[in-house]
Amino acid sequence: MIGLFLSPLLPASIGGAIEFIFEPQSSNVTGGKKVGGFSQVIELTITQLELTVLALGLSMLVALPVGLFLGHRGTGELLAVGLGNAGRAIPELALIAFMAAAIGVGLLNVTIALAVLGIPPILTNTFVGIRQVDRATVEAARGIGMTEPEVLFKVEVPLAIPTLMTGIRGATINIVATATIAPLAGVLTLGDFIINRNVYGSNGVLAGAILVALLALALEFSLAGLQRLLTSKGLKLSAA
Amino acid sequence: MRITTKGGRAAAAVLFALILTLGVAACGSSNDSSSSEGGGGAIASNPNNGKVTLTIGSKNFPEQEILGEVYAQALQAAGYKVKKALNLGSETVALQTLKSGQISGYPEYASTALTSFFGIEPEEVPAAAQPAYEKAKAEFEKEGLTAFPPTPFASANAVGTLKKTADKLGLKTISDLTGKSEKLSLDGSPECRQRIDCLAGLEKYYQLKFKSFTPVDIGLRYTVLEKGQADLSILFTTDAQLSAEKDKFVILEDDKEVFPAGNVIFVTKPSVAKKAGPDYEKTIVEVQKGLTLPVMQELDARVELEKQSPAKAAAAYLKEAGYTG
Repeated sequence: MIGLFLSPLLPASIGGAIEFIFEPQSSNVTGGKKVGGFSQVIELTITQLELTVLALGLSMLVALPVGLFLGHRGTGELLAVGLGNAGRAIPELALIAFMAAAIGVGLLNVTIALAVLGIPPILTNTFVGIRQVDRATVEAARGIGMTEPEVLFKVEVPLAIPTLMTGIRGATINIVATATIAPLAGVLTLGDFIINRNVYGSNGVLAGAILVALLALALEFSLAGLQRLLTSKGLKLSAA
Repeated sequence: MRITTKGGRAAAAVLFALILTLGVAACGSSNDSSSSEGGGGAIASNPNNGKVTLTIGSKNFPEQEILGEVYAQALQAAGYKVKKALNLGSETVALQTLKSGQISGYPEYASTALTSFFGIEPEEVPAAAQPAYEKAKAEFEKEGLTAFPPTPFASANAVGTLKKTADKLGLKTISDLTGKSEKLSLDGSPECRQRIDCLAGLEKYYQLKFKSFTPVDIGLRYTVLEKGQADLSILFTTDAQLSAEKDKFVILEDDKEVFPAGNVIFVTKPSVAKKAGPDYEKTIVEVQKGLTLPVMQELDARVELEKQSPAKAAAAYLKEAGYTG
């Protein structure tokens, strides 16, 4: 029987994985129903993307204001950097299980768990980015009569964009890669292919990994493009 | 208040499992536990066995780890040098590890072997332990492997629910769900969704449609059920909670026999068995004689609910059943 099916026992091949992405395949545990294929790939990719955007949005909502505020004031380095680093050490799966009893499994749970992963890089990089802005420039801005919010948004933020975006890009990669564990808490993402080798076979696992990597690259390139748009002309000149 | 306690418990369970896995992974194959000269038990230590080193594997969930420990400690009592690798992710990984010679053998459910490895439809899986074992053994032999006779207990998927839900809806068998399932939600492991010996089988053979299916980590199934996030859950008949909280959870009878029962068979290589001598099979078959369904549930409960280590639970079993002194 082995070999006729999308067997979990056979080693994966790039060709097999690509076939899995486009054509539904037979599986030996589904009772004849085919699995994989383009429509399922699209469906799971959309959920993975939705989840990533939601979690990234939530982590930005929390980390950006705090990072901007602390960076501008120049205080709370310990909080911004220390908390940021500590946050990276939280095991996702434990967090999801912990919240399962309190708020249940599902989209809310996974979004919060992934946001926790996105907060540290955004918080730390925002803080550091704002702090790194040349003090003389900031003083000059105050000297010409800018209010504090004007100093922050017209001088510090534009000059900190490269560092700030580095944080957001890091958070995005963390989140999109880790969103693969969502099927363990009620949300079907591309991780379904990776977690369920018995159903999808080795080629399915490889296909899932390839798709997540492609998605991460696509997000990375889009954000790099966005960063280019947001970076002021003066900064680009000085970098060149 | 109850919820908080449960939350702590679930988190602790996961953390515990993580620590355990890491611990096992860290000392896994290098931890050469010295053979203890146990006197007075039913298993006699044979000095000739000391020349043979066996590596016992298991998948990475509590029941499997307990079984791995039971076999490992029993073989050690019989005089073998024993190493453990009780953290193999899935049956696929376990089988590959066995084939490549990294482990000597590991416990597998006959039903899992037949359906997952050999592509046999659940309805073709023999319901009785002996024919299922013989069929699995024959298939394993085609792959250059062999298997020892089955344990008394069998583990199977089952549809479970809270007792109060079953009472309210008058549910005794899975067929009783007909006409009601459309309003009920179900949870289960992620792979259950598409498996014919799980959700796909309920849909095909019982013609049931559910309101929704929530995939969850197997460690979260009871939490989800208790939280009311799902009305029904795919459980395992050996689950600790089923014996520890008898008046809280019930299993619906699988009246159409869609879920094949799996007795555990120890899978190994003929070459390993030959090298290890007769005490290898003898010890394994002997030591599993006491593993009935209530005993297995009890051992699962000690590890999953009372947080004993699988090693400790296995040692207690061996002692209580008189295998070791």
